[in-house]
Amino acid sequence: MLRAALSLLALPLAGAAEEPTQKPESPGEPPPGLELFRWQWHEVEAPYLVALWILVASLAKIVFHLSRKVTSLVPESCLLILLGLVLGGIVLAVAKKAEYQLEPGTFFLFLLPPIVLDSGYFMPSRLFFDNLGAILTYAVVGTLWNAFTTGAALWGLQQAGLVAPRVQAGLLDFLLFGSLISAVDPVAVLAVFEEVHVNETLFIIVFGESLLNDAVTVVLYKVCNSFVEMGSANVQATDYLKGVASLFVVSLGGAAVGLVFAFLLALTTRFTKRVRIIEPLLVFLLAYAAYLTAEMASLSAILAVTMCGLGCKKYVEANISHKSRTTVKYTMKTLASCAETVIFMLLGISAVDSSKWAWDSGLVLGTLIFILFFRALGVVLQTWVLNQFRLVPLDKIDQVVMSYGGLRGAVAFALVILLDRTKVPAKDYFVATTIVVVFFTVIVQGLTIKPLVKWLKVKRSEHHKPTLNQELHEHTFDHILAAVEDVVGHHGYHYWRDRWEQFDKKYLSQLLMRRSAYRIRDQIWDVYYRLNIRDAISFVDQGGHVLSSTGLTLPSMPSRNSVAETSVTNLLRRESGSGACLDLQVIDTVRSGRDREDAVMHHLLCGGLYKPRRRYKASCSRHFISEDAQERQDKEVFQQNMKRRLESFKSTKHNICFTKSKPRPRKTGRRKDGVANAEATNGKPGDLGFQDTAAVILTVESEEEEEESDSSETEKEDDEGIIFVARATSEVLQEGKVSGNLEVCPSPRIIPPSPTCAEKELPWKSGQGDLAVYVSSETTKIVPVDMQTGWNQSISSLESLASPPCNQAPILTCLPPHPRGAEEPQAPLHLPSDPRPSFAFPPSLAKAGRSRSESSADLPQQQELQPLMGHKDHIHLSPGTATSHWCIQFNRGSRL
Amino acid sequence: MGSRSSHAAIPDADSIRRETGFSQASLLRLHHRFRALDRNKKGYLSRMDLQQIGALAVNPLGDRIIESFFPDGSQQVDFPGFVRVLAHFRPVEDEDTETQDPKKPEPLNSRRNKLHYAFQLYDLDRDGKISRHEMLQVLRLMVGVQVTEEQLENIADRTVQEADEDGDGAVSFVEFTKSLEKMDVEQKMSIRILK
Repeated sequence: MLRAALSLLALPLAGAAEEPTQKPESPGEPPPGLELFRWQWHEVEAPYLVALWILVASLAKIVFHLSRKVTSLVPESCLLILLGLVLGGIVLAVAKKAEYQLEPGTFFLFLLPPIVLDSGYFMPSRLFFDNLGAILTYAVVGTLWNAFTTGAALWGLQQAGLVAPRVQAGLLDFLLFGSLISAVDPVAVLAVFEEVHVNETLFIIVFGESLLNDAVTVVLYKVCNSFVEMGSANVQATDYLKGVASLFVVSLGGAAVGLVFAFLLALTTRFTKRVRIIEPLLVFLLAYAAYLTAEMASLSAILAVTMCGLGCKKYVEANISHKSRTTVKYTMKTLASCAETVIFMLLGISAVDSSKWAWDSGLVLGTLIFILFFRALGVVLQTWVLNQFRLVPLDKIDQVVMSYGGLRGAVAFALVILLDRTKVPAKDYFVATTIVVVFFTVIVQGLTIKPLVKWLKVKRSEHHKPTLNQELHEHTFDHILAAVEDVVGHHGYHYWRDRWEQFDKKYLSQLLMRRSAYRIRDQIWDVYYRLNIRDAISFVDQGGHVLSSTGLTLPSMPSRNSVAETSVTNLLRRESGSGACLDLQVIDTVRSGRDREDAVMHHLLCGGLYKPRRRYKASCSRHFISEDAQERQDKEVFQQNMKRRLESFKSTKHNICFTKSKPRPRKTGRRKDGVANAEATNGKPGDLGFQDTAAVILTVESEEEEEESDSSETEKEDDEGIIFVARATSEVLQEGKVSGNLEVCPSPRIIPPSPTCAEKELPWKSGQGDLAVYVSSETTKIVPVDMQTGWNQSISSLESLASPPCNQAPILTCLPPHPRGAEEPQAPLHLPSDPRPSFAFPPSLAKAGRSRSESSADLPQQQELQPLMGHKDHIHLSPGTATSHWCIQFNRGSRL
Repeated sequence: MGSRSSHAAIPDADSIRRETGFSQASLLRLHHRFRALDRNKKGYLSRMDLQQIGALAVNPLGDRIIESFFPDGSQQVDFPGFVRVLAHFRPVEDEDTETQDPKKPEPLNSRRNKLHYAFQLYDLDRDGKISRHEMLQVLRLMVGVQVTEEQLENIADRTVQEADEDGDGAVSFVEFTKSLEKMDVEQKMSIRILK
């Protein structure tokens, strides 16, 4: 296969080299045999066939899974082997010879690594290390036991004359055979156990054993093989010692190679911030390099890649981007599944090639019985010993499943194919026996293990959602146990794990993790983060639904109110109950998290729904997504939203805008249905407008702000350091309300331009009022500086879009002053000096406006919010900076 | 387990064993450890004695666990008291559940008692509830410096809300138990050598 690939690579080069030489020869006339169509099967044959096989296997998989019934009864591996048998039979019948089979080289270099990497990388490490003792025992002692007992028993069988004499094999040959047939195969175990869903402990023990026993198998196989080649007479005592030593060299060496590469991998991914795209590639390359390096040094390659995956995961996952993580996951799963499929299919196909094997019933039956018997016996004996040391003993049912789950697979097959027939004369018999054993274990045991597990009522794995409590308490328990071990003076497992975690935290993580990743790397935090994401997703799902369903029924005020009420009460309940601030976004220091939240919020707002938005606040205002890439997207969403709103505004404006008497008020006021909004669209005249705004804000907005900030902002008076412009508004207003004699609009101070103010500057902006302003204020709160540019952009784009309304605006603004002028001529005067009148005055205006706008419906809303206001009042201690800002903004707006 | 043998070194050995369920070997081991910790051979342990255990100093919950050996603010703990605390971590064995006598008090290593031990590490003011503040304190100890205070508060809020069922903003012992009902506490709060 490799050669084929090389020749494929060589092809274009050769073609390129040929062409120029041809050209000078025949400049004028076309080359003699120019073909319009050329069939070049041989050039693409090898890769084409590979692709075709994989395609066939994938299609077969699809077909298998068409029927749920079949796959629930029969493991996929069985089906694939059977399919392989059928395909092999067809090929044999057509080509008269078995062309395709599982080549050991292909298997070990290409098919096995992805599977092992996948299993190592996604190995639940905590579970693995918790059960490491048992796993190692079964992997090392168990495999040795199986190999020697099976080999010896077969030899005994031969001595007893039950194996035909044509099987020429001595004790060493049988031991060699025993060593390759005894190892539990990771591919087969994984394929079957993944569908059985036994409890995690059982799974990790069987599966961990199948991975780690590779070292033992490799050593045993190599030692026995060389002994066989040397001839038993030439083997000396030192060779046995060397054999034992090589066990340690191979296993520890393999693990060391894996860990070195894991370290390299983690370190490399630390610096990929600017080249995110190669992150997944690095994972695969370095893991594969670990495999090949170990293979090259004839160490345990499986162990190497397992350890690499196991070791690097924590750091790699922290370093690489979210998308890379997904890519790694999917690519790994795809490759592993693909390799697994091909392996089983090729196993089936290879079995058809009868030229390779020779049958001996005694050997086959004997092997089958012995491997089952000695596996069971070995498990029982080891478990008995282990249970003396285990906190949770493995019970009889577990032992049955472990014995029965000892599946053999492609590793054994590949190893037996690798035998040298000249040195091992009985190779053909061994091949046949191996095939039968593999087929028997995969098909018969694979088929029956599920019913068996069901029948024995083996504890199944149960998946439940992670909760913060569990995570936190689990950590507590770990610490408690470590402490108690200290007190008792016994340095056990918990002590060393604690030690390791401290070491990891202090040095390893510092070295291998990006600083930004390290900062937020904590398991409790992780769970929290994941919960938030889940909440967000479920909310968006839910919210989307609510939006679409209520979108039709929404206009009815009462229903909306009731919903709002419930959510507010809910908020109140939670607030009073926990005494905690519910709005977690404010706490969040990761700015982009807020951005994202904003985006979600904007979507909701776009729908013109008041309620979902509050629900949003109530149920899940806590997502933190720390992705820089998000920001730009959010800006876009922002702009889009603005555009959309503008469009809707345009349509409404032409119809209704003239009826508006209240300019600004509405904008800050409640989100209304379309009519109310349109009504509020009035452009604002000069200073008068400003006054109005302030006034209305006082009455209407304060409540809104009330509930808003109640739910979100107010609880965090602590972080006074941050100036929330939106909040400032409410504060100003409330200040005015509470203590009228306060100077509400002090000397103007300089503020950074905020979206809100920009918005206000646009006359038409006030029209769609509530939503827009609302959003903008949110944004300001949350993203004080960063979003400024985005905002300005969006504003400018809107302005250009809005040119028709803009033109209208001045005209409009001229209209309102008339009615208002009568009502409140003094307003402009008050502006600079005395804020009080403006505060006192606006309610009436607001009311008037509201009544005129037939939006009296929001009075109840106001009332409903009233209690909140009272609660809020004492909170506004924040300095006047924000206030002044607002004043300035108003002024600017009025100037416009 | 019931064999009476001479262990003069430990006073009241039998009653201690009856109460804690420790095997004789464990009890001897613990007594040995107790005397090793008791530096001045005063017959009891003070907080200082436990604080000198090096690894406890780096354990985030070390202080609280030391405190748990000294109920009700006492300054010393004698051997029975010492063993009684450690008895919470004795693995649950089959015979424990089989020979459950309804009249007798629950064994110290029952699930409930294990949980209660953990619970009182949270519940500093002993009011039977883990308030948000208490949760926050634990989190601060456990989560480390990488997470900001504000994020910690979020987590604390969320944790309390998650477990809080009656809406009082605190986690009572019942709620605490409930939040962990899916967890194998018997296994996770046991140390094998303490049989």
